[in-house]
Amino acid sequence: MLRLPRFTYLEPASIDEALRLRAAAGPDTMFVAGGTDLYPNMKRRQQTPATVISLSALKDLREISSSADDGATIGAAVTLTDLARNATIRAHWPAVAHAAEVVSTPLLRNMGTIGGNLLLDTRCNYYDQTYEWRKAIDFCMKRDGTICWVAPSSPRCWAVQSSDGVPIAVALGAEVTLASVRGTRRIPAAALYRNDGIDYLTKASDELLVAYHLPPVNGWRASYVKLRRRGAFDFPVLGVAVRVDFADDGTVSAGRVVLGAVASYPQEVPEAAAALVGSRLETEAIGAAADAAFRPAKPMDNTDFTLAWRKEMVRVYVQRALEAIAR
Amino acid sequence: MPERAVIGTPRRKVDATAKVTGALRFADDLVLPRMLHCKLLRARHPHARIRRIETIRAAAHPGVIAVLTGRDLPIPFGILPISQDEHALCPDVVRFVGDPVAAVAATSEDAAGEACDLIDVEYEPLEAISSIEQALATPEPRIHDYGDQGNVHKHIALEFGDVDAALAGAAHVREDTFFYEGNTHLPMEQHAALAEWSADGKLTIWSSTQTPHYVHRALAKVLEMSPAHVRVIATPNGGAFGGKSDPFSHEIVVAALARRTGRPVKICLTREEVFYCHRGRHPTLMRIRTGVRKDGSIVGMDFTSFLDGGAYGSYGVASTYYTGALQTVTYEVPAYRFRGARVFTNKPPCGPKRGHGTPQPRFALEVHLDKIAEDLALDPAGMRRRMLQPADSLTANWLRIGSMGLGACIDAVVSGSRWKEKFRKLPFGRGVGLACSSYITGAGLPIYWNSMPHSGVQLRLDRSGGVAAFCGASDIGQGSDSVLAYCVAEILGIEPEDIRVVTGDTDTTPVDLGSYSSRVTLMMGNAAIQAAERARDTVARAVGEKLGLPAGRLAFAGRRVFDVDSPERGVSFAEAVQIAESRFGTVGSTGSYTPPRSPGRYKGAGVGPSPAYSYSCAIAEVDVDPQTGIVRVPKIWIAHDVGQAINPLLVIGQVEGSVYMGLGEALMEEMTYRDEQRSVVHHHPSMLEYKSPTTHEMCDIETYLIEDPDPRGPFGAKEAGQGPLLPVMPAVANAIYDAVGVRVDEVPCSPHKVLKALKEKMKGRGARFGPSTFPAYAFPEPARVLTPAQGGDGREVDRREHSEVGGPSGATTEQAGETTAADGRRMS
Amino acid sequence: MHQEQFVALESPGRQKSQASFIVNGEPCEVAFLPQRTLLEVLREDLSLTGTKHGCELGECGTCTVLVDGTPVLSCLALAITYRGRRIDTVEGMAADGVLHPLQDAFAELGAAQCGYCTPGFLLSAQALLEREPSPSRERMVDALSGNLCRCTGYLKIYEAVELAARRISAAEPAGA
Repeated sequence: MLRLPRFTYLEPASIDEALRLRAAAGPDTMFVAGGTDLYPNMKRRQQTPATVISLSALKDLREISSSADDGATIGAAVTLTDLARNATIRAHWPAVAHAAEVVSTPLLRNMGTIGGNLLLDTRCNYYDQTYEWRKAIDFCMKRDGTICWVAPSSPRCWAVQSSDGVPIAVALGAEVTLASVRGTRRIPAAALYRNDGIDYLTKASDELLVAYHLPPVNGWRASYVKLRRRGAFDFPVLGVAVRVDFADDGTVSAGRVVLGAVASYPQEVPEAAAALVGSRLETEAIGAAADAAFRPAKPMDNTDFTLAWRKEMVRVYVQRALEAIAR
Repeated sequence: MPERAVIGTPRRKVDATAKVTGALRFADDLVLPRMLHCKLLRARHPHARIRRIETIRAAAHPGVIAVLTGRDLPIPFGILPISQDEHALCPDVVRFVGDPVAAVAATSEDAAGEACDLIDVEYEPLEAISSIEQALATPEPRIHDYGDQGNVHKHIALEFGDVDAALAGAAHVREDTFFYEGNTHLPMEQHAALAEWSADGKLTIWSSTQTPHYVHRALAKVLEMSPAHVRVIATPNGGAFGGKSDPFSHEIVVAALARRTGRPVKICLTREEVFYCHRGRHPTLMRIRTGVRKDGSIVGMDFTSFLDGGAYGSYGVASTYYTGALQTVTYEVPAYRFRGARVFTNKPPCGPKRGHGTPQPRFALEVHLDKIAEDLALDPAGMRRRMLQPADSLTANWLRIGSMGLGACIDAVVSGSRWKEKFRKLPFGRGVGLACSSYITGAGLPIYWNSMPHSGVQLRLDRSGGVAAFCGASDIGQGSDSVLAYCVAEILGIEPEDIRVVTGDTDTTPVDLGSYSSRVTLMMGNAAIQAAERARDTVARAVGEKLGLPAGRLAFAGRRVFDVDSPERGVSFAEAVQIAESRFGTVGSTGSYTPPRSPGRYKGAGVGPSPAYSYSCAIAEVDVDPQTGIVRVPKIWIAHDVGQAINPLLVIGQVEGSVYMGLGEALMEEMTYRDEQRSVVHHHPSMLEYKSPTTHEMCDIETYLIEDPDPRGPFGAKEAGQGPLLPVMPAVANAIYDAVGVRVDEVPCSPHKVLKALKEKMKGRGARFGPSTFPAYAFPEPARVLTPAQGGDGREVDRREHSEVGGPSGATTEQAGETTAADGRRMS
Repeated sequence: MHQEQFVALESPGRQKSQASFIVNGEPCEVAFLPQRTLLEVLREDLSLTGTKHGCELGECGTCTVLVDGTPVLSCLALAITYRGRRIDTVEGMAADGVLHPLQDAFAELGAAQCGYCTPGFLLSAQALLEREPSPSRERMVDALSGNLCRCTGYLKIYEAVELAARRISAAEPAGA
């Protein structure tokens, strides 16, 4: 049986206590909510924190407050199941609910949280392997090694942003609140990510993501489509999130097209959005946006499927994401 | 047909309650006092010489009780007597990433794992080989120092009739090449074993194995123990599919550690290690050339296969023969040539997965026939229907066919699916495809040469009216324990629940060779019938004497023994046993089964013969997304000629499960490797990345059971566990062609392959994805065998009569001695 | 419980902590290291080996148990996190020696072939029927999509869940 390494387990009773414990425990410490990302990584010795701080007792982190006019604030420890089932979220932010309910399996969604989903470790076929497997290739730079096997001459790590929740968060212009003993800050979701497989978050390591904020609903429409091999279990090999704002005449006034699972960060493609602005969301504009998104997408050979096919699918899935809201 | 109380009726399995309550104990559920935990250190190099192993630090680690290396277990083993090429722990060379090199027993699994990391191994890397082509082109360094030549483990060349003459006279000749990627069993239960050593020198091992008898032999050999002092108990298998039918390193290691420490030792492999055990489907490259008449009927066929065997022999010699053996049992093939070669590569060893060696050639043949039907503008269902191998016949390669229900299978699915309204008539993107297949019901020969029965059953009748049935077969989920109870209950006229089944225990049960080659229902079933009939005769004699009736007038039914002419005159079954016990003493009986001898007498004739062949036909309906190449399968219609369903519920379960597994192979399952700077590593040894279909991918299935009892089967039964997988992959590939007009001559039919072919089609080029080259390999001159139609006797024709010999050096190793070798030299 | 009274729990890496659970309706106390999963504690400390395991990484669903009625992956559930909770395993499904309708239907219709994934499927199905007494086939496909089976092709499992759902509905008094 694959087992967890040793660690000290802390379970604070309040957010403040959690932040204090984190500050006191030092750098070799991680927060854990659902555990569905961290514990498998720990079993494979990809991550081996000496101390794990569980958020399971923090009831404040499990609340959703929402209204169409004011937007929604979702506690970081709300499970993906609860998020996907929440009636208000389903009614007003259906793309967010959808992105939550296409994550892995019902069992995993009962445990995994939106906070964990937004902070999901980047993934790679050379990294998401056991210690023994990684040893056979002399490891990689993301853990225990020096080379990136995806691009051996590269100075950086190309592990892939693989969360379903992230592209839609960025496309919507959602925000997150981060807290630490040094204070609290609220930043756009887009500002949370960096295009680096190792250093993929701008969040300081002692900061706790406490809340996820969805914007008010005022005429925009959004969608998320996911490409994967199987209808369950699988991480996206491509995720496309779009948000389109409409002018009074029905033409597109603004838009965002965000690609997931093609880079180390959620890749926004402004050219694709630009191709929509001023036009009606119809076949021609959609086709132009899909073409524009295709060009900058550069998936690497480190997930399921061939990279050439995944790149080709960008065009198809951007088209489908836009078609989903065109009706 | 006699009226039957048990056979043919859907009912629960004898172990159903234990399975739904969590009470059934699988190997890893077992715990013994003072039990130690074992972990294996596995090679991190695909091919390397072990220079030095240092275990001092590991041995000193807290909790560690014993450490073993290859030096401790120097005797090789392997499932086939001709391929004894494995060691429990590699003594000098490692041959794939995952090859076991050392083992630790410790008081906890954590400590054992930590200690493995403290074992220092110094390796001298050797060139690694990762593909068929590379193996053929790289005779040195050899992965093994045996085999037909270089890194070719085994090559075969056989010819039945004159194929070249037949093809020369054919109205149409077609040649195609195909590739079938390797895949694995992925049983939900990871392999586990627990060994206990007793101070009187006896060993007991519980293991999730399909073949306790072969594990028994391997343990006795490697541990140099009397087999009489080794007891192997097969625990219920949490799925196996062929993946638990070799004796494995970990079984021998825990036994050796138990002997070393005097304490029970358990191991449960991690999922990753299960991928390294493998023994799954061989990646196979194939070329098929067939000559046909205008109506599609075959005049001659030439089939060549190359198998990527991985690092060890396993069942590979048999697998190689199987890629050529069963092409002849579905359709009449008057002249047939088969050449096959298995190479060694530095990857986990391949072996028998559900369908053993036959799904690959069946895929090739059935897609090839679909193309031939297209060439000739024939309906592929009708074309096949008209050229079936007849029942009660001999094939060109001397296989004896008994009952043959393939025609009825084709009819059932053609009508059930409304084939004629759909084929070439559905809108673009949707299509139907059809394929047929056949499979053996047990292999005609055992794995090691002997003339003893293949299966034995022993019965003990209790004066309470209960019956205990003993058999060496192991239940791997297919329901063999239940089949044993059903057969005995039917003959003795009692209920299956009156029977206590004891199976898979080499100390207490008579030998059954194991749950492989779809042999158990037929062989154990026949043995059970014989044992039950003997017990019934004993009881009938005693009861007849007591009641003053001739024994032949007694019937056994409804837990009673009674006069057939006046049923009220009789006794309960329990009373009947008491009467018999009073008369003869303890009542017991034995039964056994040995398959009939096959008429083939040529070298290689041992693979393919079976007491009976099952037949299947499947039609798949698919949706192909032309923008993505993604294939979805909404429904499969499948008809299976099972001879007689012992329990139709279980037969349908086997058919549905086979379709499921075939669907996974057709669409997404593959064992692939990365070849990175001297290291050949499994691409994705995990449940997440090895794509096993979920509920979302599963199709609807309409199953038709064709029941035409085969005289050689128990109550007429033939196999159901493997055959129905075979037509699924070609049916899906043929349906893809019907849907979008492209050929995917490669399994799995991944979206990028479909899309690539679609793009080629749009460019006006060949609408096909598949292998474009085929290795040149100098096979030995085929051994020539006259067909039954040519008046042959099943033996090879004396090779001196044929002057066109031109085989390469090394070609003579499997041939009949020095005359051939001399001939080979003369001609070269 | 007042927050002030609830001091942060600290369980150092090499020390066992004592915790209580309600397992299959019965309170129990058990001591284990903080890194132990619910799967390990159930199988190894409480001898409840009915809960199986296939990957220990959340990739197969074999280890499914119910926590307060919700199906979770016991291989990824840290036991200490779930202390005090109601844990239901396959061993607790049959009441007073009578099979749960799901167990009975699985046995009757051949939904358990090798039986290894069966406990996980039974518990996922039980949670589904608690929420939706007569789920459509489509809902079943969804709700059971986190449990892999290699033997059955799932169809007999759907049939068994449907049969159990009908029997449970029929057994409940009308209007209840």
